[in-house]
Amino acid sequence: MTRVHDMGGRYGDGPVRPEPQGVPAFAADWHPRALALTVAAGGLGKWNIDMARHAREALAPRDYNRFAYYEKWIAALADMLVSEGLVSRAELTDGQGAAPGPEGPAAGPVTVQKVRQMIANGAPADRAASAPARFVPGDRVRTRRPAANLFVDGGHTRLPQYAAGAEGRVLRVHGSHVLPDRSAHKLGEGAEPLYAVAFAASALWARPEHPRDEVVLDLWQSYLEAV
Amino acid sequence: MPHDHSDHDHPHALLPPDPALRVKALETILTRKGLIEPAALDEIIDTYQNRIGPQNGAQVVARAWTDPAFRADLLRDATAVVADMGFYGRQGEHIVAVENTPEQHNMVVCTLCSCYPWPLLGIPPGWYKSDAYRARAVREPRRVLSEFGVELPEDTAVRVWDSTAEVRYLVVPMRPAGTEAMDAAALARLVTRDSMIGTGLVTAP
Repeated sequence: MTRVHDMGGRYGDGPVRPEPQGVPAFAADWHPRALALTVAAGGLGKWNIDMARHAREALAPRDYNRFAYYEKWIAALADMLVSEGLVSRAELTDGQGAAPGPEGPAAGPVTVQKVRQMIANGAPADRAASAPARFVPGDRVRTRRPAANLFVDGGHTRLPQYAAGAEGRVLRVHGSHVLPDRSAHKLGEGAEPLYAVAFAASALWARPEHPRDEVVLDLWQSYLEAV
Repeated sequence: MPHDHSDHDHPHALLPPDPALRVKALETILTRKGLIEPAALDEIIDTYQNRIGPQNGAQVVARAWTDPAFRADLLRDATAVVADMGFYGRQGEHIVAVENTPEQHNMVVCTLCSCYPWPLLGIPPGWYKSDAYRARAVREPRRVLSEFGVELPEDTAVRVWDSTAEVRYLVVPMRPAGTEAMDAAALARLVTRDSMIGTGLVTAP
């Protein structure tokens, strides 16, 4: 089974509360600092987006549930800085950090120029095809069940529980993309064909709202089998 | 099979409990160690508060409404088309545009985290990242839409896109009646952020 973040379809969360249009306002002064620290630290080059997502998902459920959004980011950032050897536990405890010696910082430094490049260039996930695409639009497919990482027990996957074992049809082929199940655990990129797969709401939910409603998920080839 | 070691090691608990102090401590550590320049943080905040936001996506939508060749290109290969308009980068490396019609309404969610097309819409609003939206948008999209004041006709199907990969979805809302005389610049001012996520409709002024 997967983790606390995998909440699609869950009951009990109450109403959605809309907000004014436009650029969202930050609810507290530390929110933009948390965003900026997390984005900037990505520029240290020690982790990819899949590792960062997994670090947030691997928070203890009690922390994931009580932390505000950017608190999750900051907690995961602290965990990754330690696991990647950039910051020590002692430094987290005393909240200071030693100035670099003559050899310079251990990574970076992340500069204004560097963050401009990161924001402008992004990190494309498409790769040259490493395996032929098994499916074409219109094909019927079934997702694997249970939704789980096949390489690491409790590891990262992007197949939500609510869509595990469901039958749908391929809508479009996105090309080959890095497989998060490997990338999150430093097991290589393992790029695979990625598909948008449409599921009838009735294939996912006990009481669908409408007979023609659908949910579409982007799913890697190894998540799917032919029907 | 290896077990996920992160379950046994949560160094973040060493930081102060108050979130503002946690952020401050991490900022102090990272800048003192020379890993991050303080000005780089200000650059990121300035970018997402003042330069990148839903006004970008609104330009794309208004152009699609007024230029049939652009609309066709956008629906075929949005990444290339919006990059030509200068909208590319972090969290927008692979864009797909999905068009609302009287038969089908599109709506975007990320149930597993908070994936969102940053170069086109900026950073997501709080509700998009909320447990309530993430949990419910896939199971009861019409009830969620009603909380935004949106009621769809009974014969309009809803297609919810759960952003599970690095593909980011832009909803192209329907152009409202009564806007035939408006140019793209005026139309762009009508296009709301929520209409490009699919939780709003565009209305004539």
